[in-house]
Amino acid sequence: MKRDILYFAWLRERVGLPRETIETDATTVAELVSELAAREDRYALAFSDPGALRVALDQELTDFSAALGDAREIAFFPPMTGG
Amino acid sequence: MIPLDIRVQADPFDYGQECGRFAKQSGRIGAVVTFCGIVRDTEAGTLQRMEIEHYPGMTERALTQIAEQAAARWDIQACTIIHRHGPMAPGDAIMMVATASPHRADAFAAADFLMDYLKSRAPFWKKEITDQGAEWVDAKDSDEAALSRW
Repeated sequence: MKRDILYFAWLRERVGLPRETIETDATTVAELVSELAAREDRYALAFSDPGALRVALDQELTDFSAALGDAREIAFFPPMTGG
Repeated sequence: MIPLDIRVQADPFDYGQECGRFAKQSGRIGAVVTFCGIVRDTEAGTLQRMEIEHYPGMTERALTQIAEQAAARWDIQACTIIHRHGPMAPGDAIMMVATASPHRADAFAAADFLMDYLKSRAPFWKKEITDQGAEWVDAKDSDEAALSRW
């Protein structure tokens, strides 16, 4: 299934792009992370500590064990620092 | 539904003017609480600018959800959240919240809640640029822990 993957803040800088569309068979966030981390060194480095990251499916925060379901937009980013 | 005024913008805002306008609302309002977050310089005074990145779409959605939760828990009659993104200079206003309620306790509690949730649940990321280079601001464990108060 085609999914849009978005990256923010230092994760975006490490991966080297803000978004991309990929074809994936992953069914959970964790599976998708393993798939991305296996692509290239820059992804492996970006995802080396998933515990330090947050994920949102179609703009709703969730956790790494979540099923991807029909989510079209999957965003990865560091813990937020607004305010 | 009470009036929620949620603005995510690159442009500066006038905190004084926003507070004045917010405090002039009529209705069951006897108390207004406002808070403004400002770009803080480093201890050595080396901050050149701060850059705030956000997640367009999710940001507005997250702020609306947080404001709706506050409105469900406390008797607030109006709520404004303004948050900037992009480059800012030391001393610039980054964001503000304002709450209005019949009595002060609800206005204070709702504003405090909004700030705690906004810091850890709204998709903004701060980067500090000094003469030493650029560095992303780390989230504080205390910010995440603050959510358990609610």
